[in-house]
This record gives sequence, structure tokens and C-alpha cells, in this order.
Amino acid sequence: MTAVEEVPTSAAGNPIGFGRMVRKEDVRFVRGEGNYVDDVNLPGMLHGAILRSPFAHAKINSIDTSAALALPGVVAVVTGKDLEGLGLAWMPTLSYDTQAVLATDKVRFQGQEVAFVIAESRYIARDALELIDVDYDPLPVVADAKKALDPGAPIIRDDKEGKTDNIVYEKWEAGDEAVTDAAFAGADVVVTQEILYPRVHPSPMETCGSVAHMDPVTGKLILWTTTQAPHAHRTVYALVAGLPEHKIQVISPDVGGGFGNKVPIYPGYVLSIVGSIVAKRPVKWMEDRSENLMSTGFARDYHMTTSIASTKEGKILGVKVDVLADHGAFNGVAQPTNYPAGFFSIFSGSYDYPAAYCKVKAVYTNKAPGGVAYACSFRITEAVYAIERIVDCLAQELNMDPAELRLKNLLRPEQFPYKSPTGWEYDSGEYEKTMKVAMEMVGYDELRKEQAEKRAKGEYMGIGISFFTEGVGAGPRKHMDILGLGMADGCDLRVHPTGKAQVRLSVQTQGQGHETTFAQIVSHELGIPPEDIEVIHGDTDNTPFGLGTYGSRSTPVSGAAAALVARKVRDRARIVAAAALECAPDDLEWELGRWFVKGDPERGKTIQEIAMAAHGSLELPEGVEGHLDAQVVYNPPDLTYPYGCYICVVDVDPGTGQVKVRRFVAVDDCGTRINPMIVEGQVHGGLADGVGMALMELIAFDEDGNNLGGSFMDYLLPTSMECPDWELGETVTPSPHHPIGAKGVGESATVGSPAAVVNAVIDAIAPFGVRHADMPLTPANVWRAIQGNPIRTDMAVE
Amino acid sequence: MQTPAPVEYAKATSIADAISRLEALGEDSRPVAGGYSLIPMMKLRLARPETVVDLNGIAELRGIRVEGNELVVGAMTTHADVLSSAILFEHYPIFREAEHVIADPIVRMRGTIGGSMCQADPASDLSAVGSALRGNAVITGSSGSRTVPLREFHDGPYETVVQTGEILTELRYPIRPGAGSAYEKVERRAGDWGVCTSGVFVVVSGGVITDCGIGMAAVNADHYCAPEAEALLMGKAPTEENLAAAAAAAANEANPIADQRGPADYKRHLASELTLRALRRAVAASQGA
Repeated sequence: MTAVEEVPTSAAGNPIGFGRMVRKEDVRFVRGEGNYVDDVNLPGMLHGAILRSPFAHAKINSIDTSAALALPGVVAVVTGKDLEGLGLAWMPTLSYDTQAVLATDKVRFQGQEVAFVIAESRYIARDALELIDVDYDPLPVVADAKKALDPGAPIIRDDKEGKTDNIVYEKWEAGDEAVTDAAFAGADVVVTQEILYPRVHPSPMETCGSVAHMDPVTGKLILWTTTQAPHAHRTVYALVAGLPEHKIQVISPDVGGGFGNKVPIYPGYVLSIVGSIVAKRPVKWMEDRSENLMSTGFARDYHMTTSIASTKEGKILGVKVDVLADHGAFNGVAQPTNYPAGFFSIFSGSYDYPAAYCKVKAVYTNKAPGGVAYACSFRITEAVYAIERIVDCLAQELNMDPAELRLKNLLRPEQFPYKSPTGWEYDSGEYEKTMKVAMEMVGYDELRKEQAEKRAKGEYMGIGISFFTEGVGAGPRKHMDILGLGMADGCDLRVHPTGKAQVRLSVQTQGQGHETTFAQIVSHELGIPPEDIEVIHGDTDNTPFGLGTYGSRSTPVSGAAAALVARKVRDRARIVAAAALECAPDDLEWELGRWFVKGDPERGKTIQEIAMAAHGSLELPEGVEGHLDAQVVYNPPDLTYPYGCYICVVDVDPGTGQVKVRRFVAVDDCGTRINPMIVEGQVHGGLADGVGMALMELIAFDEDGNNLGGSFMDYLLPTSMECPDWELGETVTPSPHHPIGAKGVGESATVGSPAAVVNAVIDAIAPFGVRHADMPLTPANVWRAIQGNPIRTDMAVE
Repeated sequence: MQTPAPVEYAKATSIADAISRLEALGEDSRPVAGGYSLIPMMKLRLARPETVVDLNGIAELRGIRVEGNELVVGAMTTHADVLSSAILFEHYPIFREAEHVIADPIVRMRGTIGGSMCQADPASDLSAVGSALRGNAVITGSSGSRTVPLREFHDGPYETVVQTGEILTELRYPIRPGAGSAYEKVERRAGDWGVCTSGVFVVVSGGVITDCGIGMAAVNADHYCAPEAEALLMGKAPTEENLAAAAAAAANEANPIADQRGPADYKRHLASELTLRALRRAVAASQGA
């Protein structure tokens, strides 16, 4: 299935370069020998626990910690008042907002941090929380984003001077409104649909936590923490806490899943640092599952009124989206500064039409902060869902097959690089080819026949298509930064005398397989077997600066850096080889793992021989340093644009509303595949995510702001029982501007798959007159949709 | 990591030992069976017994046997043992069907039938099965054992008639030759509590229904059963029309409330839909028997 060039294999049986190989890190993981933050135990270490607000909105009158302090084993109790004295009661978010580390004036969401206990054990710390007496005055709550701007709505952010409403930002727009309105005015058909992408949670298997050790002797802070971006975090700690950056070491050891949840800086991390300073002993803080679900970065919560205009033949003329964005109590989204709605404006999708316009209004609510997390490629998830859903609505309106409608409008290969109506420049793609591969794999025409036959018998199956285009690998420094830090990434490579190598990355894996993928990239460039290349990451003292792993950026940015640093080493090796072979560097030719004399292939030096020579007594040309190492910083020229076509087949039981995902075909084009097995693993995970979001995952809130998804009994993640045997295919359209032609893929399946599942379910129940229902399509919601009364899924079910 | 409040642990070695410990410790102690409800509640600090008395070491509480015209299941018999029991399957396939959709294999390896009955979760599958079959609970205390019909076993959600100092020791189900049985459940995801469930048995003899039982979980039916629907079926031919009328009646005996599993109208609809589906299959099984 996978078209990988034949490559030589190493003594260990691994490909030298690209190809399938078992992940190097898996041995320790499957043996339970990983080293996570909670595995870090230091002498004298204390444990922290956070008291959280039971109310979504309440004034704090007083906090009495005396009983907690009296509990044997309690070392300290920190409140917001204590932090105020240190100037640490509030911290900046990654979006230039502020967030309370511990509440001082009032609490603004259920689960907000109110006090921090430091004790000799985790149990004592937890017991002490119950002894803290907080006097609250509950306030009216804004749980419904649609009511946040009502006149008389309670003002959530009255900590901001002069704030008289709940607006985060009034209007952020992209595209040309006048051109789009004109396109709509001239259209035969206009379809509008209110589409909610409800709040979901990344739910990494490992929750968030940290161990802070402020060494009172050296004045150095070492922080072991669950972070996807150790370098960015180091800088933020320096800026926030006034700690000197050269005295901060952030270590992100093995991380048990991130999905964006571990990009922000949470109050708990800061509190562990404060605790370590106060107690002069290391302090560990690990949140429990409910804390993770209730207080850390959620994703989505976008209310998208989406309209599409077309001719009656189905030529799309324009698309408009009007978004109400719910950011929770603090604007805690993590995204490039110039993109307050993330990359949502890529919503024009994979189709050829000239007019697109979106505007986004963002509001505060009494809900947990966050907004960009969960494998969303900076809100491309929302964008893809909106366009792919509205295209299906249009197909239904036109009574046209949704595959035919898409094929009629897909961008054509000769249009690339393609400048989209909202300003994105797609690098490469052969969309029609990819879609036809997917249709062939799934047997599209036969499925439509089967569907017609079944409908005649009163059985309901559905076929859903999603064609997505992603933009990943943020990003060019001149456009993209987070808190002023440009999104470029460094990479160092050292080849040791015996020809073994260490490559140091700025990005940090959370399970994506970096220790294998990056070894393979260096292997591909230098011919050193991947088992001889150690990947070092996650420790700011031992790796170059960079912005970390999220938004599918590791391969597009750091992958490019790894290829380029290896090429730099290869160029150095050429000079060394030339000296050893007593010829000019230009006389040498490269083959995998070896420089040899042009026209005399017997005369050459392997990279291992060159490594030893570079460290030896060989005389090198003047100006050429010894050793064999190099470093680079890669500033990507643009994003890469992976894409794909997903087709989902479902069976729906109209009597119960139950959905069975029968088949799922996913054809991804992420350019060059470094390790196809890892790519497929990423896609498998993302497809499971998609099924989960489409059918069951949900954090709703009642009118009082109570979080209704605060445990895994309430927040359902899919299991193998809900996942079909994924059928994967591929096309390969390399990125023209990436050194090895690769594009990011980590989030493709999460971005692309929900629309396929929802489109399939709606297709199944379309005979009942259903055009749309919001995720998640639980049995209740599907049955209600059939009755013409789908559920509003962001609020409590009534 | 979720951390329970301080708790003492005692391991009971026999039924008498368990009872004497529980009696001595009083209301602040709780027996623990498989622990799949109590322990999570303790970790969330929704339950905070001072002592848990572990029943897992009591061999006499385990096992499945036929005694006279009754099936007898020890209270500490695991879900996995109920699931794989040939004896239970022979008389009532409803046990296997229900167990197949209870939680997951890991939970079923330790979770017990008695623990499930005593937890009396409104969505408890085995409570619906027990009420459908009109089984009996044997409850033992220091003064001996008493037998309580499962249709009188509950005092409300999460409440049973088992008193402090007593434990549930056995479950007994009457054997009904020729009975067909079936279990239907809608859940949001494998392993989730039901949105609504329905379990039934039917005996069809001479072309009419001579005995039947209907149990429902997760819809607030009194004691998990639907006696008015059963009454409609007795003596009637098992026609689609009669089954549908009974299913509709069962839905009227449900008192569902809206929650994130679904709105009340949907749950009421399911009570009817699932009861009808279960009745159809149970009738077919009885007629084929």
C-alpha cells in the first residue's frame, strides 16, 4: 500500500533513512519503564494540592486556612492574598490576557484555583483542602455564550479596569466582505446553517503536573513539567516571575499525551514553583483526572453560522461564516499573536471559488479557560468542520451527490501554489486524485446502491465524505509568534568519533515517536543507521531554543531543521573526506553514508571513517574546524498543507438513534512519509478522536455553570468497540518548500474526521428530513434529530 | 491520582466474621465486594466510610448452583462468572446478554452480582434482570437469614433493605421451564451505564403467554419492573399488537429524568422500544424452546 523507495537496511534491520521501523522508544513504554513527571521523586520533596471553586461565579469574602495549617504534615497554605504580596496573583496567558493563579477577588469558573496546600504527602495535602473555609457569595452566572452579551449580563472580568461587557474581542475578520456579498447576491442557491462545534477536552492519559526544585544554594530553578513547549515555558517563567532565565531549567521528561492540553502554563505549575521557594524544598503537584477535565485547556466552543452560495449546477460561488467564540473566563488560547481566531480563516477549504469572508466575535463566560487545544491545528478543525458540513447541506439542497459536488469544485493541480480568498497559499496538492483513491477504496458507487436498496426496506445507512486541507508548521517568524517569540526552531547535531550521533531538538514528543522519526531524518541525510542516532529533547539546558510541539509543527519545522543540520554536517564531512583522500571537495560525490571520488567509486570514506578522522590528527584545510557537528535555526518559509479525503460509512438504528461506524476509509497526503508506520499510528489516533468528538465527547454546562463533563464517566472517550478497522490509503504530493518534502500529519485525522462521521449520520437519517444536528451525535441526539428536534449540546440536556 | 479520605481496612474470613465486624463497627463501616462502585466513590470523597470490610476472602459467598427449582447465585460471584455460566445460560440467556453489556472485561473480573445489587444504581443492569425474573435476595445478619423478593429489595436510588450489620448472601431465581428471555440496552458507548435498558422473560404455552416478567433500568421504574405491562400480557396471545401494547404500558411505568444521557422523552420512548424488542425475542425463544 505504501510507496516507499527501497532503502538499505542496517545491521539491526532498520531502514537507513525513511521506511517502516519499530519505534525506538516503544521498548521502555511497553515495559512500563517510561519516566514521567510523576515518576520524579527528589529527597525531601513535598506535595501540593489545589483547593478549587465549587461555584462558577462567586465573590470571595474570606479564606480561613487555620484549621488546614493545624493538620499535622501540612507545611504551608498559600492563598491569592499571599501571592498578591509577591506580585504573582495574576499571570499572563499566551494570548495577552491575564489569568488568576489563585483567585483573590472572586472565582470565575467552577474548578478555579483558590488555595494551594503544601504537605508532607499527597494524602495529607488533599485532606487539608477540606479544612480550608472559604466564604463565598454566589453571583449570577454566564454559562451560555449566546447570553454573554445580553444587556444586564453579569460582568465576568471586572478585574480589568473599565470593563463593562463580556467581550474578549469584538470583531476579527478575514476575506473580502463586499466581494462575498456580491457573490451571494448573484447566486441561484444560498444555504445557511447554524453549526456548533461544542467544547471538547484533549484528555491526555497523563494529567498535568510539575516538580519544582528551587535550589537554595545555587539559586537555580529546575522544573520537571508536563509541557509540549519547554523553551517557551522557560522564557515565560522568566518574564512572569522575574527569575533570571539562565537560572531556569525546564525538563519535560516522557509525556503521556498532550494534544494541546500541555501548551499553556497552568496555575498549578506556578504554584509548585512558589511552593518550592516558600518551603525551600522541592514540591510536586499532579492534578487528578477531574481537575484536568474541569480546569485545563479545552478546545473548540465555536458557534458558527455558516452560509454557502452556488449556482444551481453546484458551482460554489462563496462561503461566509459568522462565529461566536466562547473563550471561558480567561482568554487562555495558545496561538500566534496575529491570529486571534487561530487559522480559522482557512475555512474556504479545498474548493475553487473566489469569495470568502468570516468574522469572529469572542466572549467571556463562566467556564474554564482555553480554546485552542486538542489537535486542532489552531482552529483548522473548526474551519474544516464548518466547510465540510455546509457543503453537505448544499448537496442536500441541490439534491446532488456530495461526492459529485466536491469533485466539481475541488482545486485543480495546476492551480498550486494556490492563493486562497482569505490569503493562505496552499503549497501543493492533487485533490481529485486523492478523492478518487478514497472513493475507489470504499467502493462508493456500490455503497450508494446498497443505501438505496436498504432505504427501500426501511434500513438506514449513511455515507459521509470529508475533504480537508490543513495548514501546519507554524510558522514564518515575520507572521507568527507567541508572546513575541518567533516560531522558528533550532537543531544541533553532533557526530561522535565512532560515528554515532546525537541530535538535539527544540520540540518535545508527547508520544508522537520523535526519537525514531528524527533519527530517521538524520539517517536519511547521513547514512548513519537510526539505531546509532540518539534524539535528545525536552531539557532546556541540553537542547537549542524553539517553540515546541503542537499544531503538527514538529516535522514541518524541526524536521526541516534536522535535515538541514545533517546536510551541514555532510558538507563538513566532505571537506574532511577530501583532506583524507587528498583531493578537492568538489571531486567528491555523495552516496548514502559515504563520500567517494567521482569516477573512482572504490576511493571513498564512510561517514563513520570521516567522523573519526574529524576528531583525529588529520590536518584540515585552513579555516576548517575539527570535529563533526553543526547547528541550525529553521525559520519556515510558509506552512505546509497536508490534505486528505475521508469517507465514513455508518448504520443508524432509527428506533434507538444508535450509530454504528461500519467502515472508515482515510486517504492522507502528507507529502513524504518518513516512517509510514508512525504516520499510520498518528492517523489511527486522530480517527478515534474524530469518532469520539462526533459521537460522544462533550463538556456541557448547566445554567449555574456546573461542569457536566468532569469525569470519565461523564466525558466519554471512544474505545476499540466504537472504532472500525481503519482502512488507510495515501497519495504523496511533497511540499515544494520543505527540505525533504514532508508535511505535518499529527492532527490531520482529528481535523478531518469529525465531519465525515457527522455527514454519514446525517446522510443516513436524511430521509426523515434531517439536514443538521450538532455533535455529539449521541443516540438521544440522533433520535431527537429524527423527530425534528435535535439537542442543544453545549448546555445541559433538558 | 485521586486520593480517598483516611480509611481502615478489615478482611472478613467468613460470613459470620463479616457480620460481626459490620455489626460492631456500625454505620460508619461498609462492606466492599468488587469495589468498582465503592472505591471510586471513596476516591472522589463522595463516600467516606471509616472502615471497609472486605468480603473477597469468603469462598462460601461464591458460586452458581441449582437447588430444587431455583437458581442460586452467591453474592460474591463475579460478573465474569455470571457471564460464562452454562447453568444460568441454559435457563435464562438474559444473564449472558446483560453481562455482555456491563462495563468491560476488567471490571467484570472483579465486580460482583451482590455488589451490583446492593449498590442499587438506578441504571444497574442486574437489578433490572433480577426484577424481571422475580428473584429473591437472601440477607443474612447475626440473627439469621431472611428472604426478600427483589421487587421489594430497594428503598430508592442507591438504597436497599439490607441493614447495617447485614450482608446480601445469595440471589435466588425461580426456574421456569420453557421460558424465553432477552435483554436490550442502549448506551452511549461500550461500558457506559445504560440510557435505558429492558430485560424480559416470557413463557408461551398453548399459544398464550402464561408467565412473564419485565425489568427496566435507568428510567426510574419502581423496583426496576413494569407490573402493569406484565398484567396486560398474561393469558394473551403473543401477537405484535399485544406486545406493543405491553411495551407502551411499560413506558408509562417509567419515570425518566433528563440528564446528559438523554432527555426524558427519549428515555421513555426507549423504554417502550427496548421492551418491545426484548419481548419479541423472548417470545420467539420460548416458542422455539
